[in-house]
Amino acid sequence: MPAESLSFIFINAALANNFVLALFLGLCPFLGVSGKMETAVPMGLATSFVMLVSSICAFGINLLLTSFDIEFLRLISYIAVIASAVQLVEMTLKKFSPGLFRALGIFLPLITTNCAILGLALFQTFKEYNFLQSLVYALGAGAGFTLAIVLMAGLRQRLALANLPTPARGAAMSLMLGGLLSLAFMGFAGMGGH
Amino acid sequence: MGMNKSDDVTWDSFAEGLWRENPVFVMLLGMCPVLAVTNSAINALAMGLATTFVLMASGLLISLMRHLIPKQVRIAAFIVIIATFVTVVDYSIQAISLDLYNALGAFIQLIVVNCIILGRAEAYASKRRPALALISALGMGAGFTFALLCLGVVREILGAGALFGFDLFGANFEPWVVMVLPPGGFIILGAWLLLFDWRKHRTQLRSLQEERGRAG
Repeated sequence: MPAESLSFIFINAALANNFVLALFLGLCPFLGVSGKMETAVPMGLATSFVMLVSSICAFGINLLLTSFDIEFLRLISYIAVIASAVQLVEMTLKKFSPGLFRALGIFLPLITTNCAILGLALFQTFKEYNFLQSLVYALGAGAGFTLAIVLMAGLRQRLALANLPTPARGAAMSLMLGGLLSLAFMGFAGMGGH
Repeated sequence: MGMNKSDDVTWDSFAEGLWRENPVFVMLLGMCPVLAVTNSAINALAMGLATTFVLMASGLLISLMRHLIPKQVRIAAFIVIIATFVTVVDYSIQAISLDLYNALGAFIQLIVVNCIILGRAEAYASKRRPALALISALGMGAGFTFALLCLGVVREILGAGALFGFDLFGANFEPWVVMVLPPGGFIILGAWLLLFDWRKHRTQLRSLQEERGRAG
């Protein structure tokens, strides 16, 4: 689908087919790190950054694998490269920007097992995006992830003040909130998407 | 997970994953496929079986190789082993049923990053002998499949008025379409968790009352 315009791809990835609320990718950090706004924002930004890096890597690997006709190795090479990319990002940040490294701290290694990253790499391959389109797709997905996790953090901060019956104080209510948020995002379906 | 340190294969090493430490309802692991592919019972069953296979095969291999894998690179080694079996499943499903393959989409390949599998490899399979790892993986897989089916059945009945593709209510039934759409997944899983938490809360209250009754 090389004919899709870049703005369409961005809106599609960020809103209409939001990675968290419509495609169910990256739910672990969405439910785990959305308790407070102070952790939700760095998590969103770190994930977006890793998405961008791994999208570029995945594009290169796919070219290489296709040229050698060994696509069955795609999954193994993607996951290995994403894990090393996260490690690389971690080391680079530590060297050149210790402040940012400290702010992201524990979140960086957790991102390796975030299925939104691998999902992004796989989807851009299935959709046969070119380099620029992949880049925009990764940016859109990152923006959508950040938006979802920040909205959820805001809701959960309010929820903490609500007087709930005891059995409902666990993850159940967070999932219900996620459902309502997802319902709201379905309104964007009219803006495009498939 | 590590409560039963003995090396015997018991009923408990299987049943633990099925119920008391159910990966979805108790440990809240591997949520992405739980919500994404449970819009019909058949998809849920297929996903559950695929995950069970990967859990068992990778658990067995990792347990067999537990003395060969150096500690420093164990996570990378586990990931490569898991990814290999996921690739096997991916191509098998494609060969068995193309419809199913299209319905599950990228989520078959995303089994790689299902935290249940890596979690079990790290915490259990890499430390136990093969028979134990295999039985425990079967239990965890069964528990995961059970949870997926719980969601898939409810969502398909409410959202499509059918079960495993068979119409249940006849032509006059107005399906509750939102249940097969993404929000339904969140809401039904929330409802199941609420049910389990409520039951746990009630048994806790009851045992507390009994204790008090005995004391007074």
